[in-house]
Amino acid sequence: MTALIFFIFAGIAVFCGVSLVVQKHPIASALSLIGVMGSLAVLYLQLGGEFIAAAQMIVYAGAIMVLFVFVIMLLNAGAEGTSLEGSPFAKYLGIFLLAAFLGLISFIIQAMLPARPGVVFGEWRGGTALEIGRKLFTAYLLPFEVTSVLILIAILGAIVLARKEI
Amino acid sequence: MNFLILSLIKAAIVAFVLLTALAYLQWIERKVIAHIQLRVGPYRVGPHGLLQPLADVVKLITKEGVIPSHVNKLFYIMAPWMAVVLALISIAVIPFGPEITIGPVTTWMQLTDLNMGILFVLAISSVGVYGVALGGWASNNKYSLLGGLRSSAQMISYELPLGLAIAAPLLLANTLSFREMVNYQSGYWLGFIPRWNVIPEILGFVVFLIAGFAETNRVPFDLPEAENELVAGFHTEYSSMKFAAFFMAEYANMVTVTAVATLLFLGGWHPPFPEPYSDVIPILVFALSGLIALYHGLHPARRMDKFTLPAVGLLFLGIAAIFGLSLFVPTLKAILMALFWFCGKIGILLFLFIWVRATLPRFRYDQLMRFAWIFLFPLSMLNLFVTSLVVALTSK
Amino acid sequence: MIHNAVPTTWYLILSAILFGLGVAGFIYRRNIITVFMSIELMLNAVNLTFVTFSYELKQVDGHIFSFFVMVVAAAEAAVGLAIILTVFKNRHTLMIDDISSMKY
Repeated sequence: MTALIFFIFAGIAVFCGVSLVVQKHPIASALSLIGVMGSLAVLYLQLGGEFIAAAQMIVYAGAIMVLFVFVIMLLNAGAEGTSLEGSPFAKYLGIFLLAAFLGLISFIIQAMLPARPGVVFGEWRGGTALEIGRKLFTAYLLPFEVTSVLILIAILGAIVLARKEI
Repeated sequence: MNFLILSLIKAAIVAFVLLTALAYLQWIERKVIAHIQLRVGPYRVGPHGLLQPLADVVKLITKEGVIPSHVNKLFYIMAPWMAVVLALISIAVIPFGPEITIGPVTTWMQLTDLNMGILFVLAISSVGVYGVALGGWASNNKYSLLGGLRSSAQMISYELPLGLAIAAPLLLANTLSFREMVNYQSGYWLGFIPRWNVIPEILGFVVFLIAGFAETNRVPFDLPEAENELVAGFHTEYSSMKFAAFFMAEYANMVTVTAVATLLFLGGWHPPFPEPYSDVIPILVFALSGLIALYHGLHPARRMDKFTLPAVGLLFLGIAAIFGLSLFVPTLKAILMALFWFCGKIGILLFLFIWVRATLPRFRYDQLMRFAWIFLFPLSMLNLFVTSLVVALTSK
Repeated sequence: MIHNAVPTTWYLILSAILFGLGVAGFIYRRNIITVFMSIELMLNAVNLTFVTFSYELKQVDGHIFSFFVMVVAAAEAAVGLAIILTVFKNRHTLMIDDISSMKY
């Protein structure tokens, strides 16, 4: 059951990732990225990270990607034209080399890591909001405060950059 | 296997009841708005217009679904279905009642209880913005694009006060699941005041409701889909089933928002005063309405009402009898009482939504955004701050 | 239901594949918004690695790292998109080949 869900959503994630890179229109790429984020949220749920899965949907897919979609719609970014004078030979060689590189990485990852029990859905339930809250406000308090200042700076920067010049 | 079959049965029941309720919610809305405006509303299709939703469904299905040639076909077709699927998914975590035992099966009246049910509802409503935004953009029409962008900007702006208003009862109850939240609100202070979260969190409740109006694009926040401002906004180019899908999504969102408000603030399915006294309320309500309908059926104002009013009166008296009978059958009593109080509270909130629609004018768009960022957001933060201060000081 | 375990390396391989796709999009695409979205894809892949190792070690620190990555990605997306808007206002194009010279 765990393996079935993993394969389905990993397949959706890879398909949407490839679609992100291949699609001509930025809106299609944005929707593919939302598809990737959704399937990754399901995988986080499988790994016991329920709060992170919800945060991924609320923050990433529900706020950051909405921002991307707004900017694409406002700027009326059309589909990309034909590509440069790159030779098709280079494109196909690039795809083959990328696949070979990914295969090599997969082999190295599999060979290096020792054999472990594997992931079973529901075996580890430590990713609740309670646990994250405890760790966040005791051990990781300084990064938490620093990131809130960072967000404040980002808000100020975005407002200053995007306002109308009067 | 047992869990799977049970879940399928529950899902089928909830889906059937919900879809019927959504159709008849539209009938209720039209009738209530009509009577507030001193007219009658749908009257001819079936007795008192009761078959109007059926007629609307038939009309929308058999209408020609025009797909304009200049639209982006994939997103044009995908947007309303995304909106309706996301709107209906949030019903999965909403509990309608306590744990009940029917024969050999013991189950909660809820499709599934997630540990983070409240976050799930927030996540689905965050992603639900895309249905509207894509629908507006895919129509390739400047009014639709403006309507879609304004609507999505409004929805994400009001998610902030919504989330902060939700956070305050979470602090009180110390849990993220809906079941625990309703269990926290059981019991009574001084023996008769219910422990609902609305009593300490009245400001949070008001902020949640206002943000809920804005999230579901209802008046006074419905500029993006107003018919006389933006040529119907983001659903200008939609016809037939896709248009129906957008409207079903809007009503489903309304039901979700009122259900979450009831669970978080109004105590879910718990009655407002203790058990033995509150059991007579459903019987009283239905019996009284039945008697009033029967009385008016004797000298009706319109000729048709000589049949319909006594029929309605007898129906309500029958329901009152069922409630009275259920006092002697514990399993039936648990289900019926929980459903009565939960649906009663949702019904009152839905009536509030419809009442506001008939009464208030709509906000201009900049007034709407200013209201969210300059008034509601600091107010909900203040509410959360005071709540967390009180919780931190009183829990040692 | 029989729960067969999914080896942890499969999650890491998926993360590597997504990261590789993100790098490919970053290098290959010319629309500046698509380049930015490839960066977000890379960040998501790294989040998956963090959560996987958090499951491995049965500690919640990976989730907290992932949470901070999300927060920083949000801040970066806000400022980055504001910069993209300004660049579009000045250069009237979104293709990175046409924005290549500092002098306008």
